[in-house]
Amino acid sequence: MRDPRFAVVVFPGSNCDRDCLHVLRDVLGYAAQFVWHETEDLSGFDAVLLPGGFSYGDYLRPGAVAATSPVVRAVRRFASLGGLVLGVCNGFQVLTEAGLLPGALLRNRTPTFRCEWVHLRVERTDTPFTGLYAPGEVVRMPIAHGDGRYHAPREVLEELERQRQVVFRYVDAQGRTTLDANPNGSVHHIAGVVNAAGNVLGLMPHPERCSEEVLGGQDGRRLFESMHRWLRERAAVAAGRSG
Amino acid sequence: MNKRVRVVVFLKPGVLDAQGQAVETGLRALGFEASEVRVGKAFELTVPEEGWRERVRELCERFLTNPLIEDYEVFEREEVCVP
Repeated sequence: MRDPRFAVVVFPGSNCDRDCLHVLRDVLGYAAQFVWHETEDLSGFDAVLLPGGFSYGDYLRPGAVAATSPVVRAVRRFASLGGLVLGVCNGFQVLTEAGLLPGALLRNRTPTFRCEWVHLRVERTDTPFTGLYAPGEVVRMPIAHGDGRYHAPREVLEELERQRQVVFRYVDAQGRTTLDANPNGSVHHIAGVVNAAGNVLGLMPHPERCSEEVLGGQDGRRLFESMHRWLRERAAVAAGRSG
Repeated sequence: MNKRVRVVVFLKPGVLDAQGQAVETGLRALGFEASEVRVGKAFELTVPEEGWRERVRELCERFLTNPLIEDYEVFEREEVCVP
């Protein structure tokens, strides 16, 4: 069985692309490589990561210009065919601007760039991205953003909650959604959402910055390991069918 | 023939404008009485005149604004001031 292959997209202004590739390839030993924002070909990949950073200088709106790029057209097709898509921070903003995830990310409620560790509650473990977490588990991940305030109109929020599309929420160490534990004013304390089909996830915190103990924690590592395990299981099922 | 237009964009009423609040804080610190400050952005562009209203509406809704969070207004301009 072929090992799952990961693509890390590089936009002009991406700055967490190397961190993502480092974790996937050097820490976890997965097959991973960069793809340039001008490519329209994602064939041969099983998962695509849109990394953090400031694509196109955050001009217009964060993620807005990147959402028009050739690779995002390819990501749209890739996602519609069931490929896994993970957007971290600016990658999450790109996915909302591209319409691949609902809602929008606005300037933080406090007029500051927030760069700190936060606690998150894992709301779902039945996604390809969270299978190795425990239901309701509280994990620690770093955030680093000025535009992370998740916003969606009331009807969209109701739909998100009804379909259980909120995957991560900002909480305190005890797992409570307090005002102080919400670093940016996100509605419903939302830190990460998945699409209705379950194969596109966006989150503001940085799992790639907490995948090695030397960096102060490794709660992010299981997100990538969950994706890898899920892809291997899917490939095994497919191989079983064809065999 | 071409048409010069100006597009002005603001966050929708009810969407918290953190930038506007920061500007309001500065104005008050300088002793100005100002409230309900909102920060928007403006674009100027030249488009082919034929069917320009429809085209500008489309480009606003597809790209210049995020219709989930922003409203916009379009103004016709007389002069082109881009060198």
